[in-house]
Amino acid sequence: MSQTLTEKIISRHLGKSVQPGELVIVPVDAVMASDATAPYAIKAFQEMGTRRLWHPEKVILVIDHAAPAPNPRIGNLHALMRKFAKEMGCRLYDVGAGICHQVMVENEHVRPGDIVIGADSHSCTYGAVAAFGTGMGSTDVAALMSTGKTWIKVPPTIKVEITGNLSTDTSAKDLILFLVGQLGTNGANYQAIEYTGEAIKGFSLASRMTLASMSVEMGAKSGIVDPAGLTLPYPFEPMKADPDAHYHKVYRFDVSELSSQISLPHSPDQAVSLEEAAGTSIDVAFIGTCTNGRLEDLQAAAQILEGHHIAPHVRMIIAPASREVFNQALQQGTVEILSQAGATFITPGCGPCVGTHLGVPGDREVVISTANRNFKGRMGNPNSSIYLASPAAVAASALRGVISAPPDGSPSLQNETQEQP
Amino acid sequence: MKGKAHRYGDHVNTDQIIPGQYTKTLDVDELAAHVLEFLDPDFRTRMKSGDFVVAGENFGCGSSREQAPLALKAAGVAGIVAGSFARIFFRNAINIGLPVLEIGSHDIADKNDLEIDLESGTVTDLTAEQTYQAVEMPRVMKEILHEGGLTAYLKNHGDYDL
Ligand code: SF4
Repeated sequence: MSQTLTEKIISRHLGKSVQPGELVIVPVDAVMASDATAPYAIKAFQEMGTRRLWHPEKVILVIDHAAPAPNPRIGNLHALMRKFAKEMGCRLYDVGAGICHQVMVENEHVRPGDIVIGADSHSCTYGAVAAFGTGMGSTDVAALMSTGKTWIKVPPTIKVEITGNLSTDTSAKDLILFLVGQLGTNGANYQAIEYTGEAIKGFSLASRMTLASMSVEMGAKSGIVDPAGLTLPYPFEPMKADPDAHYHKVYRFDVSELSSQISLPHSPDQAVSLEEAAGTSIDVAFIGTCTNGRLEDLQAAAQILEGHHIAPHVRMIIAPASREVFNQALQQGTVEILSQAGATFITPGCGPCVGTHLGVPGDREVVISTANRNFKGRMGNPNSSIYLASPAAVAASALRGVISAPPDGSPSLQNETQEQP
Repeated sequence: MKGKAHRYGDHVNTDQIIPGQYTKTLDVDELAAHVLEFLDPDFRTRMKSGDFVVAGENFGCGSSREQAPLALKAAGVAGIVAGSFARIFFRNAINIGLPVLEIGSHDIADKNDLEIDLESGTVTDLTAEQTYQAVEMPRVMKEILHEGGLTAYLKNHGDYDL
């Protein structure tokens, strides 16, 4: 029977053909938990009475959400994770290694065709390497750590076909903000998305991660980017959806005319053309997160800020997605350009994305951010407002002190780099 | 189960249920102290143990934090009734043994008295004299909820058993 890529990946893991709606127990290839979710997973794992991990090298713990620890309580949770990892022999990426999803992809814990579950909603990011990645909670992940299996309902697939060519001043972020705006925060609830089309064939791995990461902002279970055009540092067999596969829904968008997008407070689906918010004064400009903290994102900002200084009233915070990203940006001089321009670099990791530390905005302050969520209070203060945009738009806004579109003709981001994500 | 409804709108997200900065603790009472803080600061003082949270569409969207249903449960919320739920929240709630009932569009008003029957999956609005039938859950979820959550389920069975 003809299948979507998502159905194929699940079928392969089961050795039988599955259909949407079917409830199956699947073996997974890896399981991940961060410091935001691992403590509860460890607790549940211990309460389940299991003594050993299903596969120590396939259980990955990452300390990224509140790293380094901002208070003794979190310090103790980190210590609990380190102790557990040592006792169980599993892999732990400690403070400064980077954001869990970046670390998973960079270190090849997730590969094309895999099923990987993370105790973090943005585990759909693994769709960038054509893997089925989905987020679950701590107890589900504890069960995975113990059994290597989980139950899922095979999702119906939505196909999102992107045609045309993005203009040079827009990027994968503008595209995904636009899509979230079109489909809405529950537009793909319980469903799998498959992104395909000419416009994304040339996307770098980093841009594919930007696209896949925000699938959950539409409620999707997973978001796989068609691997046509994907290059990875290792050989892989690119799986394809069958040409006559059945999709629950098909969306087609031509993005040739797409302008810079921005999501207004307080929901990612409030996406509009950036021009509509242009001129709004900002206090904070943040570049980072699993959606936009990679080398190409830092480069896009550096291209705009080179030889300039950000507006005096703006704090610009940059959290590289990983140590690897930071080191590459250092080597290339990107860090120097951004630092000279007045940006502050913080530990590779989630940074202020989730309101724990490293840049909680004050009351009535306005943040423009490259993150994926701008819910009220997301960054730790319900009396602040968050706008979501591309790295180029965040840099341009930091420069002028007000929300601004990237200057015309700023280089296209999606074909920039072929290096690590 | 009988209790009062605390009614909210659509798309109540996990940052509203338990803000990210309060999630980094294993102390569930501390989670409970901040439940729904950004959405309804008075919720904790108004609600009684055994009450229900009632909402519109897509309840629990956003993060995968299990601390969201845990905070509600620890605060004494007996169950969540909503038009629909975000996927991860629904699963997490079942896994920690918090009943969740998806009833489609409804007119349950704030402060109405509700009666919930988990066996039959019915939600009765005693104030408005109206009964709603919840969408049936997959069998594995029913069993997990029945045994008090996934931890207990796996402790009893050692593995998934379909
Ligand atoms: S960067 Fe933000 S969205 Fe991504 S995993 Fe970290 S907290 Fe979550």
